[in-house]
Amino acid sequence: MIPSAFTFYKPDNIEKAVSLMSDFGDEARVIAGGHSLIPVMKQRLTDIKHLIDLSGINEIKGIEITGNQISIGAMTTQVELINNEELFKKAPIIREASLQIADPQVRNLGTIGGNVANGDPANDMPGLMQLLDATYKLSGSNGVRDVKAREFYEGAYFTVREDDEILISISFDAPSGGYAYEKQKRKIGDYATAAAGVILKVENNMCSSASIALTNLSDTPVYCDKAVDIILGKEIDNNILNQVTEACVEQSDPVADQRGPVEFKKYVAGIVIKKALTRAIERT
Amino acid sequence: MDDVKTPSREERKSALSGLGTSRKRVEDARFTQGKGNYVDDIKLKGMLFGDFVRSPVAHARVKNIDTSAALALPGVHAVLTAADLEPLGLHWMPTLAGDKQMVLADGKVLFQGQEVAFVVGDDRYAVADGVSLVEVEYEELAVVTDPFKAELKDAPILREDIADQKEGAHGARRHPNHIFTWEAGEKEETNKVLEEAEVVADEMVYYHRTHPCPLETCGCVASMDKVNGKLTVWGTFQAPHAVRTVASLISSIPEHNIRIISPDIGGGFGNKVGVYPGYVCSIVASIVTGVPIKWVEDRMDNLMATAFARDYWMHGKISATKEGKITGLWCHTTADHGAFDACADPTKFPAGFMNICTGSYDIPVAYLAVDGVYTNKAPGGVAYRCSFRVTEASYFIERMIEVLAQKLGMDSAELRSKNFIKKEQFPYTSALGWEYDSGDYHQAWEKAMKSVNYKQLREDQAKQLQLFKDGKSRKLMGIGLSHFTEIVGAGPVKNCDILGLGMFDACEIRIHPTGSAIARLGTISQGQGHATTFAQILASEIGIPASDITLEEGDTDTAPYGLGTYGSRSTPVAGAATAMAGRKIRAKAQMIAAYLLEVHDDDLEWDVDRFSVKGAPEKFKTMKEIAFASYNQAIPGVEPGLEAVSYYDPPNMTYPNGAYVVVMEIDVDTGVSDIKQVYALDDCGTRINPMIIEGQVHGGLTEALAISMGQEIAYDEQGNVMTGTLMDFFIPTAWETPNYETDYTETPSPHHPIGAKGVGESPNVGGVSAFSNAVHDAFKPFGLTQAHMPHDHWRVWKIAKDLGLHS
Repeated sequence: MIPSAFTFYKPDNIEKAVSLMSDFGDEARVIAGGHSLIPVMKQRLTDIKHLIDLSGINEIKGIEITGNQISIGAMTTQVELINNEELFKKAPIIREASLQIADPQVRNLGTIGGNVANGDPANDMPGLMQLLDATYKLSGSNGVRDVKAREFYEGAYFTVREDDEILISISFDAPSGGYAYEKQKRKIGDYATAAAGVILKVENNMCSSASIALTNLSDTPVYCDKAVDIILGKEIDNNILNQVTEACVEQSDPVADQRGPVEFKKYVAGIVIKKALTRAIERT
Repeated sequence: MDDVKTPSREERKSALSGLGTSRKRVEDARFTQGKGNYVDDIKLKGMLFGDFVRSPVAHARVKNIDTSAALALPGVHAVLTAADLEPLGLHWMPTLAGDKQMVLADGKVLFQGQEVAFVVGDDRYAVADGVSLVEVEYEELAVVTDPFKAELKDAPILREDIADQKEGAHGARRHPNHIFTWEAGEKEETNKVLEEAEVVADEMVYYHRTHPCPLETCGCVASMDKVNGKLTVWGTFQAPHAVRTVASLISSIPEHNIRIISPDIGGGFGNKVGVYPGYVCSIVASIVTGVPIKWVEDRMDNLMATAFARDYWMHGKISATKEGKITGLWCHTTADHGAFDACADPTKFPAGFMNICTGSYDIPVAYLAVDGVYTNKAPGGVAYRCSFRVTEASYFIERMIEVLAQKLGMDSAELRSKNFIKKEQFPYTSALGWEYDSGDYHQAWEKAMKSVNYKQLREDQAKQLQLFKDGKSRKLMGIGLSHFTEIVGAGPVKNCDILGLGMFDACEIRIHPTGSAIARLGTISQGQGHATTFAQILASEIGIPASDITLEEGDTDTAPYGLGTYGSRSTPVAGAATAMAGRKIRAKAQMIAAYLLEVHDDDLEWDVDRFSVKGAPEKFKTMKEIAFASYNQAIPGVEPGLEAVSYYDPPNMTYPNGAYVVVMEIDVDTGVSDIKQVYALDDCGTRINPMIIEGQVHGGLTEALAISMGQEIAYDEQGNVMTGTLMDFFIPTAWETPNYETDYTETPSPHHPIGAKGVGESPNVGGVSAFSNAVHDAFKPFGLTQAHMPHDHWRVWKIAKDLGLHS
């Protein structure tokens, strides 16, 4: 459990970090909270020659809220997301989901940027960001660009991020309506067996807006567009909720692991989706 | 001698903190402040580090090992392979079970994680780089992970070294992958009873493979002093003296030139009983390099390579009359021992004390056969927080009782009560040959049933079932019962030995002139709190406050010989030795007191902390006064000083027992179980320290919870370990741990000097059955008879699915 040798850099601004990334290409990786990266380095599953620590870059830390616009620096920790009252008022689902990530020790160091940029389908934030239709700001040697969370993930650990790009912030509009993030896991600290986030609005018993996303049920987070199409404009009853749930499960594509076989995961996905839908509706 | 100032008997007694006192653990001050001294805290001048190149595959021929790139790396000093160890005769080593095990891969590898080469370097970093540069060429072979396929005609032969041997350490072998058949009881008579029985329940009960996974992994520091020829090894050894003797036998270093030291140990649970290749390689590397060598496993090494537990397939048949009187028990066990038979059992018991499988019940006739087989899995088979194979035996009988109750249509609490060994039957000889020392099972059971309000629980369960059937709830309630009888305190030298070493234990006491004392034992605490409890035994025996008694264990140069700590043997064996040594001290003290008081020995009586003259309690000598006198008075016919040593060979095992109840609610859709109540009544005989007992019960229950509800060492068909990290190997945190209610009855052991039986392992033995029975009980109304552990979410979900509860 000892990583191979690497050079450690701790730049104090994003330009220096990007410049290091473009110098070293795929031999370099940035490190945020390190909870995903350090274990794979220690097991020598990846060989990283240059490790660039982002913790010295203050410009990518913190939560900014302007009206309904929320912008979160990539190096903001999960505990900061949980403790920020303003954020809780604007987007309470962030606290609800963050509290279900790992355990307090992990959340003290784990960052939103690391969680979303690593491309690990088991992480909770990517699904949550697709749910919120968030935009990721990436900084690279060709400048800064925006990518929608719903277009960022290509496969497990594969994203549209270029080797020299660094995720610097995440922004989204404060959601409105009922919300819920439901997660089944084996124990504290575990990744989801299945998790689902729902945000929806019900007006006159009709669903006027909806968003649904899943975690750890495919090799990327799953934004359930088909399910959203089904529920939009419909009267909410048990029948429609079952149809929506079924459509979500249909879009999932989990793999078997120690948490259980595919059939079980799909079944539990249905349960957590239905729970999330029900709870979100209760909160509208 | 002022009468007015003499404290009362009760006050003097309480000042001792002796037996029955909830004395705070003296160890905790250093542990809670991070001041413990574990093996990895040991740093010696010039010390190098060692680590293994391990096999990535489960079965392969090793075609070539190229160490040149590793050796060329700056900081790497040596790379040992089997070829280097062979001239020393150390490329294989004997196991505790009479088999032998490769220290480093000798031509082939037999399980994933097997030790292939040992890299020695300046620090862990250089060693890790060296390990990654050793190139090993493997030619993969067919893999056997299913013990039932091990003995097929065309099964790949795992142990080519003994393929032609028809006799093993435990009798005939019928297949190259067969290790032994071990039998107990009456085969024909049992078969006859089963054939003629009114009711027979037949079930396969699997107790899955798991791992003790102590917080601290295994490791050692070996230091060969070439000047004086003395080898010192600090290590995570649960049996330091046995390690010294074995090390001497296999290395030819004279035993007086070997010193084994077990420093603080961060949990053992059986994991640290065995001898591992890391110890051998560290010793050899220290001899080769002339400097100390440290080897400490990481978590993945520990889970993959050292000492699994359980993995018993137990096929049972139990017969009874229609009224529920049990008439016979039959069991055939297929025991998956992995690649080498390295089970840690007393020599004559290749399946441990599996023949305690008649449990707490008066079963007239029984038969047990155990077949051990080799598979491409890690060796081990240790007693994970239990006496040798006792959790397996207890789980087996407690499941069989449940399936029999189902077959009889009888409440299993009633079935138990109907068949318990009665109080007046003790000492009771079981059908499989054990002599149970004492117990009052009916008293314990009635107390347990009353405490949990069993009748009410069953009514609540029926209501919940109705809600479920009416479609108003997706949850079922399960009530798990278990009554267990452990067999601990191995053991009498007449039938218990390890590698020929009788399983006695010892205590040596020295009373200092000012009346404080030091006691040394052959055991070694790994968290049990020996320094606290053994001082309490002595305090009551010799009248010196527990706080004035230092307890030392674990250094073979100073401690008397003993067989170590595992199988709940410390209190039954070393605890008895402690009491007996204390009594020797007291006997001498009595002579000294008689001299000082100018009376005959027989005119004195022991009074808490002093000898006083019978009928004249104002005339006395305290132990403190006696101690000083023993150093400064010339007493005719009495040697100076006040010391004693006792080697205790127990006349029998002890039989702790208990009644446990677990209540849980199970969501049939998610497979999630919510534990509502855990009640544990233990009878461990005389209670030395109730607070430590409670702590032991809490810890053991938590491991029982882990094992029954999620913890396992799983392999895929290629022999890859699927649970190599704590992500997948379940260790409960405070979050997953429910509240525990503890209770007790106290039936002293008649043959133990203070009547104590041992308790550390009881909660694991009784707990696993109670948790598992609760899961089974929830689904009983739908016809479930047996579902194998661990009862994690997906397996519970699968039970519900297979019973048609999802449609």
